[in-house]
Amino acid sequence: MSNHEGEFYDTGWRPKNDVHRDEDGRPHDHPGLQEDTSLGVRAARALAMHELLVEKGVIGPSDVDEDIAARGNVVPGNGAALVAKAWVAPEFKATLLAHPKQTIAEAGFVPEHNADIIVLENTSDVQYMVVCTLCSCYPGRLLGPPPDWYKSLEYRSRAVREPRKIMSEFGLELAEDVEVRVVDSNSELRFFVIPLRPPGTEGWSEDELANLVTRDSMIGVSAALTPDAVNA
Amino acid sequence: MPAFSAGDRVRVRDETPRHHHRTPQYVKARRGRVVEFIGAYLNSETRAHGGDGLPRVPMYRVEFDMTELWSEYTASATDKVWIDLYEHWIEHDRGTGD
Repeated sequence: MSNHEGEFYDTGWRPKNDVHRDEDGRPHDHPGLQEDTSLGVRAARALAMHELLVEKGVIGPSDVDEDIAARGNVVPGNGAALVAKAWVAPEFKATLLAHPKQTIAEAGFVPEHNADIIVLENTSDVQYMVVCTLCSCYPGRLLGPPPDWYKSLEYRSRAVREPRKIMSEFGLELAEDVEVRVVDSNSELRFFVIPLRPPGTEGWSEDELANLVTRDSMIGVSAALTPDAVNA
Repeated sequence: MPAFSAGDRVRVRDETPRHHHRTPQYVKARRGRVVEFIGAYLNSETRAHGGDGLPRVPMYRVEFDMTELWSEYTASATDKVWIDLYEHWIEHDRGTGD
């Protein structure tokens, strides 16, 4: 029994004209996802917006550069340290899963500032894999800037359609009875994956374990490295 | 009080409002199950157009079988997509079985 019939959310927003027109006055529609071929135009628009925001005093002239630098200083190693700690300390893992934002902050890392973070644990039965089909939402405070492939139209469209094929391209062949859960991010939440701890790592220290935790394994497209891969 | 709870069978509304929205096309009109109510969030559909996003809207994590989304999906019958959806995008599924 739905009590929402006929109550579909109406923001009150309406386009100014029924016919959309582009900057040159040409009418157009929105044919769905298209390959990005106009980065030049987008870059020009971004620059123009930046100039306007600075001119109107909304942001300072160096705010954007500083933010980019701060993000660039975040490396996947932050996430890897969390994973290694979760692997060796079950009680830490439990609180990380239950209260991610608080636990990440207490462990000395900066949680996502503008979105909630959800931590998911891969097991021998379930493999989580993260995508953002609509844009490129990513736990950048733990993993650094997202790789280009994560932002690509190809990954974003294939991830929800053929995740096993993508994992296979990243070198992970999953058994059929492992359940794949592709997690499609939105603007309010970021997902962070604890990969499965590789066999043969009993007794390893957190630092040693962290070396096995790759960025891609925390996106869920691949497994953590095996001891052999590191020693090779 | 959230209108849906874990385990509820739901169908995503097949709407294409002209304003910004973050319900992707591939789940529209598809049937899934509520994994959990995850809280009330600012409404990105109004924030995108200069609003403050209030009132907050309940959001649910909903799971879909891959086989429901893609008829050609044969890799495994248990594979799924999880996605978080605002309450006004889902309705109770009164389809087959009732």
